[in-house]
Amino acid sequence: MKTFKGSVLFLDRSDINTDEIIPAKYLTENSKLDLKPFILEDLKLPGFDPERDTAKAQVIVTRANFGCGSSREHAVWVFEVNDINVVIGESFARIFRQNMFNCGMLALELPAADIDAIMALGSQVAIAVDLDSSSLTAKGEKGEATFSFELNSFDRDLVASGGWLAYADKKY
Amino acid sequence: MGKTTAEKIFAAHRRDNPSGENVVLDLDVVMCHEITTPIAINDLQERGLDRVFDPSKIKVVIDHVTPSKDSKTATQAKILREWAQRQNIKDFFDVGANGVCHALFPEKGFIRPGNTVIMGDSHTCTHGAFGAFAAGVGTTDLEVGILKGVCSFRLPATMKVNIEGSLADGVYAKDVILKIIKELTVNGATDRVMEFVGPVVDEMTMESRMTLCNMAIEAGATCGICRPDKVTAEYLWPFISGDYTTIDEAVADFSKWHSDPDAVYDSEITFDVSDLVPQATYGFKPDEVKDIPAMDGTLVNQVYIGSCTNGRIEDLREAARILAGKTLAPGVRGILAPATPLVYNTAMAEGIIQIFMAAGFCVTNPTCGACLGMSNGVLAEGEVCASTTNRNFNGRMGKGGMVHLMSPLSAAAAAVTGTISDPRQML
Ligand code: SF4
Repeated sequence: MKTFKGSVLFLDRSDINTDEIIPAKYLTENSKLDLKPFILEDLKLPGFDPERDTAKAQVIVTRANFGCGSSREHAVWVFEVNDINVVIGESFARIFRQNMFNCGMLALELPAADIDAIMALGSQVAIAVDLDSSSLTAKGEKGEATFSFELNSFDRDLVASGGWLAYADKKY
Repeated sequence: MGKTTAEKIFAAHRRDNPSGENVVLDLDVVMCHEITTPIAINDLQERGLDRVFDPSKIKVVIDHVTPSKDSKTATQAKILREWAQRQNIKDFFDVGANGVCHALFPEKGFIRPGNTVIMGDSHTCTHGAFGAFAAGVGTTDLEVGILKGVCSFRLPATMKVNIEGSLADGVYAKDVILKIIKELTVNGATDRVMEFVGPVVDEMTMESRMTLCNMAIEAGATCGICRPDKVTAEYLWPFISGDYTTIDEAVADFSKWHSDPDAVYDSEITFDVSDLVPQATYGFKPDEVKDIPAMDGTLVNQVYIGSCTNGRIEDLREAARILAGKTLAPGVRGILAPATPLVYNTAMAEGIIQIFMAAGFCVTNPTCGACLGMSNGVLAEGEVCASTTNRNFNGRMGKGGMVHLMSPLSAAAAAVTGTISDPRQML
């Protein structure tokens, strides 16, 4: 199982799409590692520098409908090869969410107020996810808070198995 | 309690219920193209799982960048080609026979009412036009689909979309779906199936229904679905005439997939399209849509007619209504990519290709082309394209370019005037 904790990168916008996460021109790469330098290359946010800001991050916190657009799993792999195994948002596009769990990674949904609360903890926030208690703890310059999330048994099994292929190969 | 079409398809294909919310379905069709499949093939090989569950249920095409443009895309094509051969997959379409997946596969009769279909491509929702459950998936789902013939989904909630009234001349399925996306926003239908019903849908050809369902994903939907009826049966007749003695018999059989009158919908919305005018996007999201008259005069550098949304014969015929006897406005580049070889041939036989060429259009081979900016038709920084495709994301057709999505008729109007223009005034 992967680890689900670390420093947070805030992407404070809704509807961040797969073209912004990994542009289509890199879809001809046949290895996941080759995607590494191109993470969030086309995402334009005030003050955001993809290379600098993703270097230390292991967790992304964002708004609604994250990962909308194409079905490309590259949008998940580019996080995976950059050691980002958790994305926390108000909601996700279906395919992106499913791709995350299919790779044994977490896409966690929290209410908008909880996302606000995490963002209010400061600019240097670290998050640790505890699957057993279905909660995550966020710690920043301005304090610490714990939030609970829901995850059904199938999503948990996918994470524990290391993804859908391993799960399905055993079961079907 | 009655069931929706999606619920009926789920019930008929249920293999497993790994949790209360998730269902694992048996798949009827697994479709593959060269952008998302090679990496799945490589991974399966590395894991020692280089097998397929049933070669007759796997349909393969090289369509996104074809003929290959460089070594990387040539390698992707080669991996797919060799795999199809190795796995004895007969339905494989290469250069000369290939075309845009979501136009080509329906044309070959591969999708039937009640089917479950996946592909590593978000616009797989197009095939719901046949009364099928068809969803785009990522590479891991595709790998499991190829290997085991199953895919997991959350239980589908269905949004019923009633399309009432009648469409004015010059207003098209594309305008309807753009308007719907504008109202719903880009995540208004997330995790839902959009079931399109009502007199306007009943009147639509299969081509128009495919245009509707194609863009369901742009509102976040898992799949668009239309009721399979006589129009569906007539379209499929060359492929199903051995299974039924008459078209009416096929229609009666297809009706078993219709939602029951007492089916429970998650939500229901109604659009009266009688007053609808041509629509176009103005921003970088498909829900940023305006009436074309409000955008009149926006300059364009390029016009692109093609793609899985609007590269079918009906689309070319519509555009030709405006282009006949006219030429491109000075400085405008026109590109036509007929979606399949059959569309290309039919357009040639009908004199449509000649109309486009006489107007000054470049006619490319059937391919995704400019739609995703990976091969031809890429925009330069600051350039603007009036396009019949389905995505206007920032950078989609080239870094710094702007794409305005619209119907083929509206794109043809922009080609002739050099600006976004109301096509109704040119008919
Ligand atoms: S035409 Fe465009 S949207 Fe359709 S399958 Fe090709 S790249 Fe995707």
